[in-house]
Amino acid sequence: MFNWLNKLITLLVENVFHVSTSTRLGSSIHFFFYDTIKIIILLGIMIFLISYVRSYFPPERTKKILSRFDGVVGNIMASLLGTVTPFCSCSSVPIFIGFIEAGVPLGLTFSFLITSPIVNEAAFAILLASFGWKLAFTYVITGIVVGVVGGIVIGKLKMEDQVEGYVYEMQVNDLEIEKLTHKERVNFALENVKDIILRIWIFLLIGIALGALIHGWAPAEVLSKYAGPSNPFAVLVAVVVGIPLYSNALGTIPIAEALIAKGVGIGTALSFMMATTALSLPEMLLLRKVIKPKLIKMFVIITGIGIILVGYLFNSIAHLLV
Amino acid sequence: MIIKVLGTGCSTCKKLEKHTKDAVKKLGIEAEVIKVEDIKTIMQFGVMKVPGFVIDEKVIFTGKVPKVAELMQIIEENK
Repeated sequence: MFNWLNKLITLLVENVFHVSTSTRLGSSIHFFFYDTIKIIILLGIMIFLISYVRSYFPPERTKKILSRFDGVVGNIMASLLGTVTPFCSCSSVPIFIGFIEAGVPLGLTFSFLITSPIVNEAAFAILLASFGWKLAFTYVITGIVVGVVGGIVIGKLKMEDQVEGYVYEMQVNDLEIEKLTHKERVNFALENVKDIILRIWIFLLIGIALGALIHGWAPAEVLSKYAGPSNPFAVLVAVVVGIPLYSNALGTIPIAEALIAKGVGIGTALSFMMATTALSLPEMLLLRKVIKPKLIKMFVIITGIGIILVGYLFNSIAHLLV
Repeated sequence: MIIKVLGTGCSTCKKLEKHTKDAVKKLGIEAEVIKVEDIKTIMQFGVMKVPGFVIDEKVIFTGKVPKVAELMQIIEENK
């Protein structure tokens, strides 16, 4: 799909910068330009498409859909909706209250909350750019599975008493769901493309620049020895380090791409990415307003275990994905 | 006219509050701009995507930050 770009950048590096792409400097420059352009093209397309779909699922409608479901089917629906429903973490509290108040079971609410940050169109686009279709789709599916299973477990634990009492007593009025025209949806999607790219470009460029450095200079032997798929503790360490480290996950993808090329296990890199997004400290502090510490702990433990398992799975099937 | 900006205190909510104040100033109308951070009040309006924008107790839009010029138009339309 991007062979033309690859050739074009090779020409640029060799004929404009006069550096051979087989040198360290040349391969770093090539990685930087090629990745930046490829990621921006895919980001634009993906964000546009998903945002268009998303304009049909504002949280007000999602809550109505979910209040009609229960059981495993409900968890699957909640996770799926979590992939297309946007929210910046500041909306997680109102969304949580809105769901609970509308009678959406706690387990379903958590399926939604777990999948939502892990799977989003920007991460998908960058994974697509860096690793191709197979891996990007596998990532989305595992993100959904982690949400479904996590939600089922939390539902089974019957932790309704761990939600702050005032949530159940709230008066929530239903908001009229806006009817949008086709043109308004297109505008909404375009606005989203602009908004997301403006918000993440700096993280992305830093990530790509670091990736480019790793690409040219990181010692492959050392990395594959300590963080390669054969080291069973690498995933564990990646997740434990990833949880308190709140970063913009999108910037970590190009770094992960470069590290994987140097022999770091794919599962190790992906579980690190998932941990930084799904389990962030700011999010916990926000959720603390509506749920008690015991449930927050459960949420971290269950999601953490899920992500660790995903890491091992990806490490063992890596050869099928790339 | 009373305009309420509903938000839990994130950067986008603060931006909307600023844009709203600018829009009111530019229009030269008598309007009070109130920032609402209390979650109970936000939920009473049924807003799930912050920031929410309310004119005289009616929710006009949620989850976006329009430019000042757009806001001026929105305020004009909802007088």
